[in-house]
Amino acid sequence: MDINQFLILSAFLFCVGIYGVLARRNGVLVLMSIELMLNAVSINLIAFSAFGREVAGQVFALFVITIAAAEVGVGLAIVLLIYRNLSSPDLDEVDQLKG
Amino acid sequence: MLEHAWLIPALPAVAFFVILFFGKRLPKKGAEVGIIAMTISFVLSIVAAVDWIDRVNAADTGEHGLGAFFGKGFMAAAEGEHAVVAPVVKSVTWWTSGGVDFGVGTYVDGLTVMMLIVVTLVSLLVYIYSTAYMHDDRRYTWFFASLSLFSASMLTLVVASNTIEMLVGWELVGLCSFMLIGFWWEDRENSRAAIKAFLTTRTGDIGLMIGIIILFFTVGSFGVGATNSYALSPGAQHDLLLAASICLMIGIIGKSGQFPLHTWLPDAMAGPTPVSALIHAATMVVAGVYLGARLYPVFYDGFSIEAGGVNMMALIGGITILIGAVLAFVQRDIKKVLAYSTISQIGYMVMGLGVGAWVAAVFHLFTHAFFKALLFLGAGSVSHGGTHHSFDMREMGGLRKYMPITFWTFLIGSLALAGIFPLAGFWSKDEILVNAGSNGFDTFLIVGLIGAFLTAAYMTRCVYLTFFGEYRGHAQPHESEPAITIPLIVLAGLSIIAGIINAAPLGLEKFTEYVEPTFAFPDLVHAEFDYPKAILSVSIAAVAIGIAAFYWFRHEETGPLKGLTQRNKLAHAGYTFLENKYYLDHLYENVIVDGIRGPVSAAAYWVNQHVIDGVVNGAGRTATRVGSFAYDTIDQRVVDGAVNGMAYETGEAGEELRKVQSGKVQRYALWLFAATGVLALAVFITNVL
Amino acid sequence: MDWFDDWALTLAVFLPAVGMALVLAIPRAQETAMKATALLTALATGAVGIGILFRFDYDAAGAMQLDVNEPWIKVIHSRYHLGLDGISLPLLILSMLTVIVCIIYSWDHFPEPHNPKAFLALILLLEVGLNGTFVAEDLILFFIFFELVLLPMFFMIGVWGGPNREYASIKFFLFTLFGSALMLVAFLALFFLSDVETFDMVTLSDLGGAGISQGTQNLVFAGLFLGFAIKVPMFPFHTWLPDAHTEAPTVGSVILAAVMLKLGTYGFVRIALPVLPKAAEVWAPWIGLLAVIGIIYGALCCLAQRDMKRLIAFSSVAHMGFVMLGIATLTDFGLNAAIFGMVAHGLITGMLFFVAGSVQERYETREMSRLGGLLTQAPKLGWILGFCAMASLGLPGLAGFWGEFPSILASYDPAPLADGLFGGNNLYTYRTFMVIAAIGTVLAAGYLLWMLQRVAFGKVNAEFEKAHIHDVHVPEWIAWTPLLVLILVLGIYPDILFSITDPAVSPIGKVFS
Repeated sequence: MDINQFLILSAFLFCVGIYGVLARRNGVLVLMSIELMLNAVSINLIAFSAFGREVAGQVFALFVITIAAAEVGVGLAIVLLIYRNLSSPDLDEVDQLKG
Repeated sequence: MLEHAWLIPALPAVAFFVILFFGKRLPKKGAEVGIIAMTISFVLSIVAAVDWIDRVNAADTGEHGLGAFFGKGFMAAAEGEHAVVAPVVKSVTWWTSGGVDFGVGTYVDGLTVMMLIVVTLVSLLVYIYSTAYMHDDRRYTWFFASLSLFSASMLTLVVASNTIEMLVGWELVGLCSFMLIGFWWEDRENSRAAIKAFLTTRTGDIGLMIGIIILFFTVGSFGVGATNSYALSPGAQHDLLLAASICLMIGIIGKSGQFPLHTWLPDAMAGPTPVSALIHAATMVVAGVYLGARLYPVFYDGFSIEAGGVNMMALIGGITILIGAVLAFVQRDIKKVLAYSTISQIGYMVMGLGVGAWVAAVFHLFTHAFFKALLFLGAGSVSHGGTHHSFDMREMGGLRKYMPITFWTFLIGSLALAGIFPLAGFWSKDEILVNAGSNGFDTFLIVGLIGAFLTAAYMTRCVYLTFFGEYRGHAQPHESEPAITIPLIVLAGLSIIAGIINAAPLGLEKFTEYVEPTFAFPDLVHAEFDYPKAILSVSIAAVAIGIAAFYWFRHEETGPLKGLTQRNKLAHAGYTFLENKYYLDHLYENVIVDGIRGPVSAAAYWVNQHVIDGVVNGAGRTATRVGSFAYDTIDQRVVDGAVNGMAYETGEAGEELRKVQSGKVQRYALWLFAATGVLALAVFITNVL
Repeated sequence: MDWFDDWALTLAVFLPAVGMALVLAIPRAQETAMKATALLTALATGAVGIGILFRFDYDAAGAMQLDVNEPWIKVIHSRYHLGLDGISLPLLILSMLTVIVCIIYSWDHFPEPHNPKAFLALILLLEVGLNGTFVAEDLILFFIFFELVLLPMFFMIGVWGGPNREYASIKFFLFTLFGSALMLVAFLALFFLSDVETFDMVTLSDLGGAGISQGTQNLVFAGLFLGFAIKVPMFPFHTWLPDAHTEAPTVGSVILAAVMLKLGTYGFVRIALPVLPKAAEVWAPWIGLLAVIGIIYGALCCLAQRDMKRLIAFSSVAHMGFVMLGIATLTDFGLNAAIFGMVAHGLITGMLFFVAGSVQERYETREMSRLGGLLTQAPKLGWILGFCAMASLGLPGLAGFWGEFPSILASYDPAPLADGLFGGNNLYTYRTFMVIAAIGTVLAAGYLLWMLQRVAFGKVNAEFEKAHIHDVHVPEWIAWTPLLVLILVLGIYPDILFSITDPAVSPIGKVFS
């Protein structure tokens, strides 16, 4: 197995995640894309850990998962509140901080 | 007493302060203080005179002192001189400069002592007189205070040991003269006369000050003795002494009412009569003569009096004799007659000094003080008792019936003034004439004789208009009270006998012996008593009296001369010329004084406000305008423009930048990722390539 | 007593500041407390002055005494250096005395708008500046005190002055400041160009301009001249004076005339002459010329006046002409005369302004054509006016004479200079000055007696016949008596002053002879 395969997979997933964050309008979908990015990063980390025979990468991946979980909890709470106040999950309508 | 002569001026000075602060509360309103002080001063003067005579008798008589040049600023009696020496007391250091001490003290010799007696005696008589004359005056106390201050100042002048002290006394008597001429200042005329007197004498004082200064730097000292010694020393700088003499002469002209600064004296008659008697006849006006007598060596050398001929002193004196006498003829006011007479008589004194007749001139000062004071006090008595305070002779006449004492004393005074033998005036005036003749000043001898003629004539006119004929006034004439008549009698007595002191034919030359200085004094020639000249002068006077009496007594109403000045144009012009006092007053007051007070000072002030201040205000205005320009154009448009421009641009930039803040999270995320990408590319490029 | 020697001058300068702070702290309503505090401060300062008089060594009047010399601003080499000699002492005492009498006079005489707190505070601040200038021995220190007096006077004129006060106060302030600016440049030039870089006046006097070329010295002197000449004031820089004096309240005029004008002449004697003697020799005939022009011109302008205060203001120009003539002769006589003249003028003209103020207060006018008969309605006031007029015209026996006569005397024999005016002979130049100055005394008598005649003599004008004019009352008597007594005493026995100033003046005179 070549590490490159994992790295390419991770990069691909990361890019899909970026696309999702930037281009999707639905807040939940954005959150999902963020999760995707985080997981892509985790794959990357574990790949390096496995092929480099270092445990640090896996430890770091565990941290990422924990943080992701917390972040999703808060994120979903925020999206729910947005939906409740604006009657729409569309992020484009959240521009109250417009300069 | 000679060492304590400072007491004599000090007492009246103290009296001044006492009267000033306490006079009104005293029973006699302050007059008693003045009289007591002056009496004591008079007694002390007599004591000083006796001491001096003793001193002269005790010392070796003989050569006149030549003196040696004295060091700077140090006045001491000469030692080892076998001539009589003037005792000088340098009492206090008055002021210092450049490390040199200048003193104030007394210089007592025969001349001093004589002046002390004259001043104190006449002052005392005038004080007593004033208690009656000024009795109901609104400012009685202040009158006596001023008189005391005057006496103190005059006495200071007389005992002064240096020229600055003399200057102090000189100016202070001028101050008192000012205060007393303008005594009734409610009337504008009186204060005008007072100011005129003060300013005229002050103009003369320019010369006095400069003369003192020249002498100081030439001699090296202000001291009288040092100055006189220097003037007689062989190394004296003649040119500087001449310059100093001219300058001092200007001062004398001002103070002693000589031509051309005599115009203040007649106007000074606006003051109370005792003032006229004391100040403007007997004492202050002779201050100039005293100065000339005291610093005689300076004038002797400066004007080269020894050489004969014409010099400034004799010339001014001579001119004054004549112009004063002529003007006395056209006066209607009795005091003005006496004033012009005073001017004329002082002319005699000045002329006497100028022809080398020192003793004669000083002797004339002595006698003149008595009979002139007598005449003035007599005039005061006339106005007090005879005309209800008027001095206009048109309101007098025939007063000899009502006021016998006044009449007889006045007559004695007039005869003394005219120089009739054996009254005092004869001896003194005659001596001047004789000396003029024998010293080679023939012109002035003739001038003096003409003056004698005129004097006798105008006094006859005056006596006639006042005491003879019919009474023309509106009051009830009566003799004045004793306080007034007793001084008159005393002075009349003095006018009779005072001349005997120096009567040469009788072998009495006391004046020459005791008064003429022997220390630092030139060797003067004393003319012998000349019988022909004496008889000539008395005859001239008698003839004058005769002619005048003839004219006025007999023919004034009906004679061919009556109304001449109305009929004849030339006579009228002459009369007008005289009436206007040679137009000198016109020149001084209307041209000079009013010119300065009017156009000249207004012009100066105009220059100040419009030219000088114009520059200042112009500078201010220009500065404001430049400031406005700087503000409006440069500041507001350029600088502020830049500032505002910057602000505007910043705002615009902000507007643009603001668009970045869309509020959309995803947009932000886009920026974030884009930036990351750019950074990564940059790192990649720099590290790999 | 050493403690006193060290602190006397500092106290003399700064005690009024303490008083000012106290006065400012007192609430507005408590007027008596304010006046009492101010008076006590002035008296305390005066007590320090008396102490100085006792501790002063009169035999060594030429040397700097009661020295205070502490480091101050090290970066510019400026030290806190105070000192007193025979020249400063009379002026310092004059300053203290003037402030005391001014505060006494003001007791019930505060001008409108009534604000005793500010008024008294400003007077005390003025005193700090005045006292400081006379004892400062460091150029920067001198400059600070010299400028310090401008602001209080500006406010005094501007707030409590007459109808034209704004113009007068701004004119006074800017005009004087202009001169001072140039003076400061001159100070800096002295600092940088001298052999030793210092602001210390004693050192600079000892150096006597060493190390500076003649042309530069002349220029530096020009800067000093302008600064001081405007203050004196000399013709033709005098035009601020009449307006300032006329518009200022009485007390302001008195302080201005009595003390502030002396700052300029003092500057000449203390700084300009000793520090740049060579330049002084070049400038002296010109200073003399301006001085005698001032004497005559001031007198002429006096004669054209209708306002009493304005007349007295122009008379100040004339009197300072005599002082400057004395200085211009560069001799002992002249400098002694100048300092005596400064003190005499301070006393006499101060009194004249007091009288003018009192007359105005009673008659509500200063127009001489409307006044008259003062001796009838208020005889003591009229008598005092006469006394002061006589003193002002230089009557011997009163203080003014000793300011004028030695000045004229000195002009006959001035210091030997290379050139007179326009390259002419030195002696002729000064002797011409002498004659002109002597003529000036006649003009002085003219305008003063004319004023006296107009105001004091004659009959009372119809419009005031029924007016209730009260004579001199107690605060005025208390305020004026010291001045009147001093005028008389100094006139009769001038050695009181001359013995103090002569030793201090002699070294300066020696430089020029």
